[in-house]
Amino acid sequence: MASLMAMTALGAREAAVVTVGPLSIAERVDVAVASVAVRRGRVLAAGVIPQPGPSRWEAGKPFSAFWVTPDMWFVEADFAAHELLADGLKASFGDAASVTEQTDAWVIFDLSAPDLAPVFERLCNVDFQALPEGYATRTVLDHLGVYLIKHGSGAARVYGPRSSAQSLLHALKIAARSAF
Amino acid sequence: MSQSHRIEGGQIDRSKTLRFTFDGLPYLGHPGDTLASALLANGVRLMGRSFKYHRPRGPLSAGSEEPNALVELRSGGRQEPNTRATVAELFDGLEANSQNRWPSLRFDALAINDRLNAFFAAGFYYKTFMWPKSFWEKLYEPMIRRAAGLGSVSREEDPDSYDKGFLHCDLLVIGAGPSGLMAALTAGRAGKRVILADEDFRMGGRLNAETFAVAGTSGADWASAVVAELSTLPRVRLLARTTVLGAFDHGIYSAVERVSDHLPVPAAGKPRQVLWRIYSDRAILCGGATERPIAFENNDRPGIMLAAALRAYANRWGVKAGERIAVFTNNDDGLRTASDLKAKGVEVVAVIDSRDGEEVIDTHGRLGLKTIITRDRKGRTREIRVDALGVSGGWNPNVNIHSHHRSRPVWDASIAAFVPGAEGPPGLMVAGAAAGVLSTHGALRTGRDAAISALGLTGAMDLPEAEDAPISVSALWHVAHGKGRAWIDQQNDVTVKDIKLAQQENFTSVEHMKRYTTLGMATDQGKTGNVIGLAIMAELTGRSIPETGTTIYRPPYTPVALGALAGRSRGKEFKPYRLTPSHHWAAEQGATFVEVGNWLRTQWVPKAGETEWRQSVDREVLATRKSVGICDVTTLGKIDIQGTDAGAFLDRVYANTFSTLPVGRCRYGLMLREDGIVFDDGTTARMGEHEYVMTTTTANAVTVFRHLEFCRQCLWPDMDVQLISTTEAWAQFSVAGPNARRLLEKVVDQDISDAAFPYMGAGNITVGGLRARLFRISFSGELAYEIAVPVMRIEKGHVAGGELNGQSTALNMGLGRMVSKKKDSIGMVLSQREGLTDAGGYRLVGVRPVDPKAKLTAGSHFLEKGAAAVAANDGGWLTSKVYSPHIGSDIALGYLKGGDSKIGTRMRAVNLLIGQDTEVEIVSPHFLDPEGERLRG
Repeated sequence: MASLMAMTALGAREAAVVTVGPLSIAERVDVAVASVAVRRGRVLAAGVIPQPGPSRWEAGKPFSAFWVTPDMWFVEADFAAHELLADGLKASFGDAASVTEQTDAWVIFDLSAPDLAPVFERLCNVDFQALPEGYATRTVLDHLGVYLIKHGSGAARVYGPRSSAQSLLHALKIAARSAF
Repeated sequence: MSQSHRIEGGQIDRSKTLRFTFDGLPYLGHPGDTLASALLANGVRLMGRSFKYHRPRGPLSAGSEEPNALVELRSGGRQEPNTRATVAELFDGLEANSQNRWPSLRFDALAINDRLNAFFAAGFYYKTFMWPKSFWEKLYEPMIRRAAGLGSVSREEDPDSYDKGFLHCDLLVIGAGPSGLMAALTAGRAGKRVILADEDFRMGGRLNAETFAVAGTSGADWASAVVAELSTLPRVRLLARTTVLGAFDHGIYSAVERVSDHLPVPAAGKPRQVLWRIYSDRAILCGGATERPIAFENNDRPGIMLAAALRAYANRWGVKAGERIAVFTNNDDGLRTASDLKAKGVEVVAVIDSRDGEEVIDTHGRLGLKTIITRDRKGRTREIRVDALGVSGGWNPNVNIHSHHRSRPVWDASIAAFVPGAEGPPGLMVAGAAAGVLSTHGALRTGRDAAISALGLTGAMDLPEAEDAPISVSALWHVAHGKGRAWIDQQNDVTVKDIKLAQQENFTSVEHMKRYTTLGMATDQGKTGNVIGLAIMAELTGRSIPETGTTIYRPPYTPVALGALAGRSRGKEFKPYRLTPSHHWAAEQGATFVEVGNWLRTQWVPKAGETEWRQSVDREVLATRKSVGICDVTTLGKIDIQGTDAGAFLDRVYANTFSTLPVGRCRYGLMLREDGIVFDDGTTARMGEHEYVMTTTTANAVTVFRHLEFCRQCLWPDMDVQLISTTEAWAQFSVAGPNARRLLEKVVDQDISDAAFPYMGAGNITVGGLRARLFRISFSGELAYEIAVPVMRIEKGHVAGGELNGQSTALNMGLGRMVSKKKDSIGMVLSQREGLTDAGGYRLVGVRPVDPKAKLTAGSHFLEKGAAAVAANDGGWLTSKVYSPHIGSDIALGYLKGGDSKIGTRMRAVNLLIGQDTEVEIVSPHFLDPEGERLRG
């Protein structure tokens, strides 16, 4: 019987936490993610996941979600409690939705600082300062396609491609050193 | 080191002293100085040499328009050529050197060019270097290239970093003079989001250089107070040391912020410069105006400066540019210089006002001005001993950015200058001197009004009291006198004579004149010379100045370091890397990696004692053939395709059929472009009734996904199909070789015997309880699986990059039967075009040398035995080659005309580039196990 050990996107056993001046960058390995796309002409069972509109993230329990494209969301949940998130959602929605596990497709960094605008203005073409809380967008950050979710003026989550976790973290650190 | 020319006043911090060197000599200055003001304060006028004639030059201006005082700053990797001393902010330890001279600035051997000026008139190289023709490449061009350019670079790597960034605002104000400050204040007090950018390190523009009062205090103090207020407004961002470079589409402006240029080295982690892309709803150009000189004989000597620059050095920097100063002007503003200098106690020995019929006709002084020759209205001449001369020919509004979308400026005779035309970049307004409003009151008023208009504000702030003198100017472009040279473009050594020559030779259009004479083509882009040049051309041709027009204005407004344009994307940070799930393990084993797109893919893993790559690779190949090998194939693109129409969708995007594929099975698929050429290939597995997993090549992972999204969204929006990439979601390993199953049986939890998991089977399994996927597919011809957990092709004749070259059809690859005629699919119709179906066309073949020791090279061409190596006899080419330790020789794949009918024949593989001519045997592309017994075992 094989015994596999989990490894983070950065190749470590533990999630990374990096501090640059007032900025904290925390790798999140405790988030389960699945994509949910509504099949044509179907409606999702109500009350299972939030279904926010374009460019929005919406908190929920146990599932939060953000919009990625028409009729499609990324659903977030606590990994420990919902490791099989995709299976659970498939069971909930049946053939009304196409559900795909995304947990290991992404590296997730939570950024916190008194004000994150100076970091993001050096990284991507998103007007972080002016956008409302709960704003979620796909953007390009250091040549990488990422999802950026604003949870507050000093709190944001970045979903980056897992294979480029090191490059993405490097870009975040360099921008923070430049900004702060 | 005495600062002999320092006088009272100015906005410098005399409590601190800065040490710096110029050409190795030590000098002193103060915070607030520029390199030019500090050198002038130390009595240094000679700062550079001109481009062509190597004429001695000092600063003409006190700003970014400077054509003459170009120097090299710093040394080593930070050495920076062609920097304008007039804007270089002084810091302690600054190391500056003159350039374009040898052996020294005072004695420059190439000043011989000045003596030979008759041979170096405009267009001389078009006429001189025409023959003999063979000399051009060997002699003339290298010689010209060696002589060209001004400063030098160290060729060491720049140790500093450069950032790029994005800013957003309601209003971008370009320039922080009186109009810009008033516009920003108006918008800022209204709560608008404002960016105020100025190229200077001290905001205030000309207010810092003048003595007029604004709101009952000095202009400089008023500016400081406004800047202080603006800095307290939370939605206003002040960007000093920031030059707006250009206006682009959709309200986008570029700007470079010089974060650390004023420091010896950047602070830890800080960039040298930041290139900003500014998104602005509205913008106001408050870029001021540039004073222009008047052309007269020998008007380029060190000590001859723009009159307002003389005034600025005295008022802002507490510097007198000379002991005995004269002013030559055609307008009232020039008179201000005389009165300001007198008020500072500087000796003003003469004011020559062309409106009174007086002119300066010549000057003397080899390395610096010593005397001027004047002529009065009666023609009487007089020689006056001076060491500085201020020249004012009027002011040119800085229309550049307003003209970046090709808006033509229009002539305003009242100020004898071009002002912005009606059609500028959408959303951009112009205020103050840039709009041709040259009084302080006018600047304040138009700045305020532009902000109100741009943002739709109601109510207007009261304007501070300020001078509002009318403009009195009488155009004078050049002084008609003698046969000597009178400079227009000082940096490129373009004189009035050159304009006359251009006119004589019929280069009368301004665009032709520019290129024939090089007027305005230097680093200063002719900020002080262009209008004079075209005005003189207008005189010569009898056309009006507006008829003559201006050349096109283009970004950047001032020169930009290439480092700023590159930003962080250089060296190892040129692009982000993608690492496979096994990367860290492989790195620990000492693996060698190869870049495949952004991926770093393991190439081979050496073992102790192996000294060259072939030993490692051969061992790995043989191990796979004899036992088992593992390869990380995570880089292959993976796309999850779901929906009730998923099967039908695949039938349309693949040339072969997938809707009939049973659940739990996978199939090799061939994807064509619309034109019938092969686009990509890979296997697709059916994981459920409405759920497929497609595999793409690594190189096409993104383009195939994009293509599928285009098909889904645009071609067949009615289909029920959902797509999402899962390339990164699964760590996928190929396990191949006779012992592949035995190995996997040790890790997977299910029965994977041939009966339970047959060839081309696919399914969800578990590995130690962890969910996983298993596909029984092979690219090596061996018994093989690909196993995926949340994470040798050529012997089997499998096509890859060399064969998928964007020109090959399924027929070329021997896969013609895969293109189903029973259904429509992308590329099916056009793949049947005449020319693509020629029986004698290229076919994929295998190639091996008749002599096993002989070498093959990819790119070699097929030739019949005895045929001459000419294009007419070309039979095709080798697309890829490897050494096969299993077969014991080089083997290759290739496209050969009519190749399917030539199996078993002998030809030659000829490579003229390396002199290789190898007899080869044409064989099946399936070198190994053509019947597939191994992979089905």
